[in-house]
Amino acid sequence: MNALLPAEPLDESPDRMTASGDRPPAVELLSAEKVFANGTRGLAPIDLSIADGEFLTLIGPSGCGKSTLLKLIANLIEPSDGRLLWWRGEFGKVGQDGRRLAFVFQEPTLMPWARVDANVRLPLELANVANAKTAPIVAEAIERVGLSRFARHFPRQLSGGMKMRVSIARALVTNPNLLLMDEPFGALDEFTRNKLDADLVRLWWERQLTTVFVTHSIYEAVFLSTRIIVMAANPGRIFRTMTIDEPQPREEGFRSSAKFAAYCRELSTWLAEASLPSASGAAS
Amino acid sequence: MRPLLQSETFVRIAAPLAVGVMLIGVWEIGCRLASIPVYLFPKPSDIFNSLIHNGPSLLRALMVTLRVTLQAFAAAVVLGTLIAFMFVQSRAIEVSLFPYAVLLQVTPVVAIAPLIIILVKNTQLSLTICATLVALFPIISNTTLGLRSVDPGLANYFRMNRAGRLKTLIKLRIPGALPYFFGGLRISSGLALIGAVVAEFVAGTGGRSSGLAYEILDAGFTLDIPRMFAALFLITLTGVGLFGSMVALSRLALSNWHESEMGAET
Repeated sequence: MNALLPAEPLDESPDRMTASGDRPPAVELLSAEKVFANGTRGLAPIDLSIADGEFLTLIGPSGCGKSTLLKLIANLIEPSDGRLLWWRGEFGKVGQDGRRLAFVFQEPTLMPWARVDANVRLPLELANVANAKTAPIVAEAIERVGLSRFARHFPRQLSGGMKMRVSIARALVTNPNLLLMDEPFGALDEFTRNKLDADLVRLWWERQLTTVFVTHSIYEAVFLSTRIIVMAANPGRIFRTMTIDEPQPREEGFRSSAKFAAYCRELSTWLAEASLPSASGAAS
Repeated sequence: MRPLLQSETFVRIAAPLAVGVMLIGVWEIGCRLASIPVYLFPKPSDIFNSLIHNGPSLLRALMVTLRVTLQAFAAAVVLGTLIAFMFVQSRAIEVSLFPYAVLLQVTPVVAIAPLIIILVKNTQLSLTICATLVALFPIISNTTLGLRSVDPGLANYFRMNRAGRLKTLIKLRIPGALPYFFGGLRISSGLALIGAVVAEFVAGTGGRSSGLAYEILDAGFTLDIPRMFAALFLITLTGVGLFGSMVALSRLALSNWHESEMGAET
């Protein structure tokens, strides 16, 4: 199984840390590209393989197509050319073989008229899971994000960070195999964000949950990821890839380590390069 | 304990009440001082006496009007909601039918009431139809707007989870439309009463099935002005009652989550 290598020409040290040798990659992009209806090239053809159990972060200047790439992976949009595979199959098969995909948006997108537990139960209801079976699963998901005391509250009674936790609990309740997050903590203050990042790492580690994460924050990217993809714009493409080979699950101490600072410094240099006008076309 | 004047609830009830008492007082004293004859402009005390004196007949008339109003209101809610559901099912249906809903709305009920009263033999039924026509539009437009105003993020979420049309309607569109729907109810309840009274005026039916509007007409013919005011007072009271119950209903349904119904505690 060398799915990672051909797909990653820029990957200096392929990440094998969490990818067990015989498991198929969670998602593969085969020359997938996106041209929008108005002719804008959102994404140049991209080859990418996302290993099972990986925590992959997409980072880059605005307009670099990281959200477009995430939407392709979520099958929210279709590639204009090339194709995507989920666990070596078409998207239509994803639900049938018991595999699930969960998406966490930048906004909590909770139903304001429903209490926390009803919000978390929503994906199960939409999947027609019998109500009697859901209670313990819902309670467990709420417990995991530390909101057991607030299960009967309405979203408006919660802070921004707590709403985001509800959104994550809702994503976890279906026991997904692939978690896609589009700048989920972007609107939160730094303290809350760090706390949620730490919780997310723990959840990811405990569940061996393949995660694709979009962020603007260098520190968040380094703290969370096993691999970071730096993207550049015009057209959106993969600029460079960084592997963060550090012990898991990451603890708060990692943030203040010298290694953490070194990663951040390098990533920030790359991001500066990716943002330069001269970066256009340089990597392709 | 806080002084009464600082209590929000007390001020909200007491202030308008004080204004009302003052106005009635000025009215009563003014009429007495200027010795305006009762058949020109009755004093509040005359109206009150008439209300007591004509109590049984006024009450019967009130019941008639109230029945027409409530029937029309119920019909408007059911029909309006059904039409709104139809509208959101397809753009084509809405585009082709909405102009006719507007047509219905802009045509004054006084103008079509005679036609309906001629066409429909049963007077009660014709009155109800007139009132329904007046009350229908706010329900249609508000409910349609509500069903369409879905949080795009949530709509996306439902689509990603492959929620079917019916599930999306029940779990997302209907709860999201409730604040708009209740807004429509408030307007529509008042309009149903107006429609009923206007239709009664046009129909001019007397006898056992006469409503408050006929009481006003009849009082006018016999120059029994205090009775006219008493009937008017009952109509106003009915309108306030209807509006109040709609507000209460909406508060009951939405107070937990919707901004419009949240008290001062947040």
